[in-house]
Amino acid sequence: MANPMRIRANLTGEVVEVKVLMRHDMETGQRKDASGKAIPPHFIQTLVAKCNDKVVLDAQMGTSVSKDPFLSFKFKGGAKGDKITITWTDNKGDTRTDEAAIA
Amino acid sequence: MRRTVSCFFTALAVGVAAPVFPVFAENSATDEIAKYRQLLADGNPAELWEMRGEELWKTKTGPRNASLEQCDLGKGPGVVKGAYVELPRYFKDVNKVMDLEQRLMHCRMTLQGLTREQATKTPFGSAGNPSDIEALVSYITAESKGMKMAVSTAHPQEKRAYEIGKKIFFHRGGAHDFACATCHSTDGQRIRLQELPNILNKTNAQQAYTTWPAYRVSQGEVRTMQHRLYDCFRQQRFPEPLYGSDVITAVTMFLAKNAEGGVYNAPALKR
Repeated sequence: MANPMRIRANLTGEVVEVKVLMRHDMETGQRKDASGKAIPPHFIQTLVAKCNDKVVLDAQMGTSVSKDPFLSFKFKGGAKGDKITITWTDNKGDTRTDEAAIA
Repeated sequence: MRRTVSCFFTALAVGVAAPVFPVFAENSATDEIAKYRQLLADGNPAELWEMRGEELWKTKTGPRNASLEQCDLGKGPGVVKGAYVELPRYFKDVNKVMDLEQRLMHCRMTLQGLTREQATKTPFGSAGNPSDIEALVSYITAESKGMKMAVSTAHPQEKRAYEIGKKIFFHRGGAHDFACATCHSTDGQRIRLQELPNILNKTNAQQAYTTWPAYRVSQGEVRTMQHRLYDCFRQQRFPEPLYGSDVITAVTMFLAKNAEGGVYNAPALKR
């Protein structure tokens, strides 16, 4: 499994705000290294966020997202203590899942 | 035409709110940058380095199969909280002044049994080659967040390190005949769009020192004071300092003491 994410989820009124910090190189494949060769692409392609077992966010990321992405989103219908699970998959097939409880 | 332009600038100046962070020069552009940074502060990737550093601190490794949890950073074995704001300091067991990275190297060699080469491997990470040192420094420094800089120069060796650091600060050399002071001893200077803190100005010195280490967006890595000074030397066209050099410790001592009383607020986020 790749590097761990940091997930924070807070309930304010009816709205849960989730903030995720991911450690990923997000190489576009366009950059060249010192010898002039293109650095192979390596980026997160999909990200799925669930609250307990319900999908609350289904994202397709691409090369326009920069290194070490920070994602923040809000949704309604979450309660304190519910489990937020986030899974990302990249173009090399690597994946990472982490979870946090709504505070 | 001129009247329209001056109206525009007046509107801009009025529109900018009072800066949240004190800025080096009164400048609407830097106020906006400060506001932008506050918005970004939430998603600082440095937190991921802190997490990895904490894990490395607690993991048993090396020939002695030991963790770093007995490492004495100056406040007693294993005391990490508040250790950074008192570094560099004199360590009796080695009879010399050490900064954080020298002390960390010492602990990794004595407690874990790593060789000098292993303990100084990859001090500065790059793509695909992460640095354990930068992660450990991130964790240790985060444990001093919110505390005031309180470096002592009471011990004669500490005082000596400070004086040497001060001397280096003013020493002109290298191909450009630059000293640290060339860029860092006047208020309100900048290189292109980068503000240069005046180290001889108390407020500037505090702000500058208390925001390292930092996740540098341009590097995509957390960089420590050791790297910052290494980079300064490179920019001055000085000889390359060895990692963990006493020269770096002396300059760090000068900077840290000048930042006395400043509230430590790192790992931060920088360009």
